Amino acid sequence: MPSDEYLQGIYYIQGRDFVDAGIVSSEIKKSLKDKGIPESIIRRVAVITFEAEVNMISYSEQGTIQLFIEPDAITIQADDIGQGIEDIELAQQEGYSTADDSIRELGFGAGMGLANIKKYSDIFEITSNPGDGAHLKSVVKL
Amino acid sequence: MKLSEIRDILDAKVIVGEDKLDLEITTAFGADLMSDVLAFARSGCLLITGLSNPQSVRTAYALDIAAILVCRGKSLTDKFVEISQELNIPILWTRYIMFEVCGMLYKEGLTGCVTQIQDSEDKQIA
Repeated sequence: MPSDEYLQGIYYIQGRDFVDAGIVSSEIKKSLKDKGIPESIIRRVAVITFEAEVNMISYSEQGTIQLFIEPDAITIQADDIGQGIEDIELAQQEGYSTADDSIRELGFGAGMGLANIKKYSDIFEITSNPGDGAHLKSVVKL
Repeated sequence: MKLSEIRDILDAKVIVGEDKLDLEITTAFGADLMSDVLAFARSGCLLITGLSNPQSVRTAYALDIAAILVCRGKSLTDKFVEISQELNIPILWTRYIMFEVCGMLYKEGLTGCVTQIQDSEDKQIA
């Protein structure tokens, strides 16, 4: 994780709060626009944080997304407390999903989330202890 | 094609963005699955969807999508309209089904913002 001097914000996410899914992604996008980051980079960060947020709402009790801006990269660190991921390899496969109807009603839950995050990240790392939670790091180079 | 022409072709109602009807739109993406929109859509396109919840607006905002067309006469909540206003995304609403919407707009010259999905690892969202 980058040092604290580059920390731009910490965003709190409550599990099962389906109505507001995406609000953190929108807030992060607004803050990056104010900083004059290139639009194509902002779009990637917005997609990554949106999917990370939907995952936390869907599968965790609560979590945080930390946003770091260094001169050469933006890092998104997403940590949650909850059920975690049993099989990380399988969870990254497009189309694999354990989503329920409340997630599908949002327009998510088709097994694209982690694949999308990976697609738009320059560096992507995910770890999980089933029963404890999941930790995801995504870096977008500037 | 101007947003006002899209409105006329589809006999659509303008729910948000009366002041943005001169907006030029040349491409579109149609889906109800927001993960697919986030994966494949491009900035500046028209999002055609039957998903009329806040997440479709937030998805459009994430990608700088120009406007949303809600099809199949889906009902709209106050929250959906409120977030569209807040994020400044025009909303059109029509009773036509997605297939008809796509056909009618394509016939008039609108094309897909991508035509086929490639295997390439392109990380840029144009």
